[in-house]
Amino acid sequence: MNEKLLEFDIAIVGAGPASIAAACAASENGKTVVMLETSPWFGGQLWRSEFPRAKTRQAIKWFTHLSETSAKAFLNTTVIDAPAENTLLAETSDGNLRVKYDKLILATGTREIFLPFPGWTLPNVYGAGAMQALAKADWPVEGKRIAVAGSGPLLFAVAANLRIRGATIVLTAEQTDLMSFLKFGMKLPLLAPSKILQAIKYQSRLIGVTYKTSCWPVEAYGSEQLESVMFTNGKRNWKVDCDYLACAFGLTANLELPRLLGCKINHDAVFVDDFQQTSLKGVYCAGELTGIGGIDSALTEGQIAGLAAAGKMKQAKKLRRTRRRYNKFEKAMAKGFALRRELLKLADDETIICRCEDVTAGQLREFDDWKSAKLQTRCGMGPCQGRICGCAVKEMFGWENLSIRPPVYPAKMKNLE
Amino acid sequence: MRQSYDVIIVGAGIIGASCAAECAASGLSVLVLDKGPIGGGVTGTCMGHIVILDDSEAQFALTRYSQRLWNELATKLPEQAEYVRCGTIWVAADQEEMQEVHRKYKSYTENGLEAEILDNKALLKAEPHLAADLAGGLLVKQDSVIYPPAAAYYLLKQSHKNGAVVRSASEVKAILPEGAVGFSCGTIITGSVVINACGCQAPEFSKMAPIKKRKGHLAITERRDGFLNHQIIELGYLKSAHAAAGDSVAFNIQPRKTGQMLVGSSRQNDSDDPSVQHHILSKMIKRAFKYMPDLRDVQVTRTWTGFRPATDDKLPLIGPDGDSGKIWIAAGHEGLGITCALGTAKLLCDMIMNRPSEIDTKPYCPSRFAKGNTEDV
Ligand SMILES: Cc1cc2nc3c(=O)[nH]c(=O)nc-3n(C[C@H](O)[C@H](O)[C@H](O)COP(=O)(O)OP(=O)(O)OC[C@H]3O[C@@H](n4cnc5c(N)ncnc54)[C@H](O)[C@@H]3O)c2cc1C
Ligand SMILES: Cc1cc2nc3c(=O)[nH]c(=O)nc-3n(C[C@H](O)[C@H](O)[C@H](O)COP(=O)(O)OP(=O)(O)OC[C@H]3O[C@@H](n4cnc5c(N)ncnc54)[C@H](O)[C@@H]3O)c2cc1C
Repeated sequence: MNEKLLEFDIAIVGAGPASIAAACAASENGKTVVMLETSPWFGGQLWRSEFPRAKTRQAIKWFTHLSETSAKAFLNTTVIDAPAENTLLAETSDGNLRVKYDKLILATGTREIFLPFPGWTLPNVYGAGAMQALAKADWPVEGKRIAVAGSGPLLFAVAANLRIRGATIVLTAEQTDLMSFLKFGMKLPLLAPSKILQAIKYQSRLIGVTYKTSCWPVEAYGSEQLESVMFTNGKRNWKVDCDYLACAFGLTANLELPRLLGCKINHDAVFVDDFQQTSLKGVYCAGELTGIGGIDSALTEGQIAGLAAAGKMKQAKKLRRTRRRYNKFEKAMAKGFALRRELLKLADDETIICRCEDVTAGQLREFDDWKSAKLQTRCGMGPCQGRICGCAVKEMFGWENLSIRPPVYPAKMKNLE
Repeated sequence: MRQSYDVIIVGAGIIGASCAAECAASGLSVLVLDKGPIGGGVTGTCMGHIVILDDSEAQFALTRYSQRLWNELATKLPEQAEYVRCGTIWVAADQEEMQEVHRKYKSYTENGLEAEILDNKALLKAEPHLAADLAGGLLVKQDSVIYPPAAAYYLLKQSHKNGAVVRSASEVKAILPEGAVGFSCGTIITGSVVINACGCQAPEFSKMAPIKKRKGHLAITERRDGFLNHQIIELGYLKSAHAAAGDSVAFNIQPRKTGQMLVGSSRQNDSDDPSVQHHILSKMIKRAFKYMPDLRDVQVTRTWTGFRPATDDKLPLIGPDGDSGKIWIAAGHEGLGITCALGTAKLLCDMIMNRPSEIDTKPYCPSRFAKGNTEDV
């Protein structure tokens, strides 16, 4: 087996905004730092299209900052296991990396939540983020009719981005109701002023686009691929013709690694103290893992984690006030975009829930508990190990998949040798 | 719920499920209880190879008898049980192991089984991804694979059709000598007889069951249709499986209907810890590469462990637990519980109903472990 052993003061998993901020803070304070990132780019979800050349002010600032430090980074490197105390095992394109560390910072970010409805597995139904990523990677969307649906501020960003690339946004459907939406909006100036600017920017790009609250998709139709989507507002259904549906019902944290390590988790977020330290000493978490709060929160938490891991408690303390404000923003967002119950009943018995193993809602409904359902139907046992269906199963049935075993992500057998 | 049954079965693993199906089909009223979900014990973590073994005459008799019953059931099994009659190839690494191939061939064919000796060329033709330097192997054609939890579920569904009551999430606190079971809430349910089918936990209710846990590791791969055609086991497995003491690994790989492959396996005696141990996993994988180097680039999606309910003489306990005729036991099948399940159920039900059995039940009688009898073993 081809395996390299490296030692660092601080290991950071991920190279998203939270990781970058943590890496900068820690290495500026004299620590040796390594970042391990599964994708081929720096910047995580939000800045992926800014790599290798950043375009927005914030990304330019942080990319430059990072390049001025001595932090090392490995891209295309997936952390798959924690095989021993203070050790991570990561798979790279040529063999393994075994990283020994003194302190660990986890910032593995989020993924989108999909909720199944009849037809959701048709070609051209995409995750909103995936659709956005495709568009940013120059997938031709010009002239295409796209419906954007789901929940959360992400929908604005996606719709705006697709539109400037020439797509026709036939509808943006937000499942939350107008009141919740407005309440959330009213908290913005206080909790996250920068979001207002973002919102205004998106709004200006979305003039003329129908944005509906209390609106969600109930079924997608098409023979070979998507042709139309039935929407509802709870009272009335109507059909919208479109070429693509970009759909996401919010975000959920990538908790696999914190779970594997045994960090305490509360309400789908890693529990951390004022210094971003988890229930395990020397293990810190930052960014979306501790609550879905967006870029500014991720950057602040990353800085705190980096400083604390480097032993700079006084400096870390100074950022706590800002962080608390973002935590309030996280809570406001969770409340503002809470998923309505109707969404959990969209799947009929034939609707596929687990795409890896082709398990339908009807098959799952036969069982009372997750272990039985999983054993008998193999739901969540496929290559994605429940990363996609896990959320749907949790929301629809209240079953949670808590058993995490290495490899956290599929790994070549030679790298487990 | 009625409070009396002909038979109360504690444990809904493959053994308890098979006993339930057999007893219910024989017209008995049956209650099945499990503390967890159906097939959630070692039945849910094992390999599901239905394989004939001939380490001893008694082992051969039971595996053969039971396999025949599986083959008869095959056409009725639902798709989810993933039954495939893929056959087994026992691979011989060198000429010494080839001698074992010849011995096994003789023994199997003399007993009416279909087998075929493969030389190096034939072996590689049957399984192109095997290492080029292996001496040869023995193909045993009747062997099959199954997805055990779904098989257990099916058997319980069948028994339910015949009137059996199945309750999961029902932990039994005590099996009482008069043929009843007690729960922690104080409830007692009586039966004419109680069957202890608790696998590794059987000793909790029976002093006569010297069952120890033998830990095993497994890994499952991504889908690779056509990569593997048969279940393959190294003949060195016998040495490994026999080593009563110490940790050992042996190459063992199974094709799943889904195109995935299940890679095994390890044997450890003194471990109670269910976590995946890296040094064992690594040893197991190294062993696999020796036989199938192309596995290196196949992705593993998950690894886990399970505990085999093992006895010292490598035979299960099937029969009365004590002299009362009220308590029975069916447990301790080690690495052959799936294979032996249907046979075990038939034998036990025969004994309970005083029917003659198709094979001699004596070698599996729990009394062989009773004090004073141990020298007979
Ligand atoms: C599709 C999408 C769109 C979004 N749009 C916005 C937006 O417009 N505005 C906004 O404020 N927020 C947005 N967000 C939220 C966004 O995630 C955060 O604002 C920000 O990116 C959080 O930074 P982070 O560092 O916590 O996580 P991320 O940016 O998600 O970074 C985590 C990184 O960890 C890596 N990783 C995960 N697991 C492993 C592993 N085992 N080994 C190695 N690397 C690993 C991932 O590849 C990823 O690069 C969006 C999120 C998504 C999913
Ligand atoms: C790695 C590995 C690979 C294997 N491969 C194979 C193979 O290829 N072929 C083969 O034939 N066999 C194989 N086996 C062996 C096989 O898994 C077992 O022999 C078989 O599953 C045993 O079944 P069981 O019903 O006795 O035990 P279990 O499946 O463990 O069932 C016992 C049940 O009793 C229940 N129980 C326990 N205590 C109580 C209580 N107090 N109250 C109520 N319920 C209780 C448990 O919850 C459990 O469901 C393998 C085993 C391992 C570990």
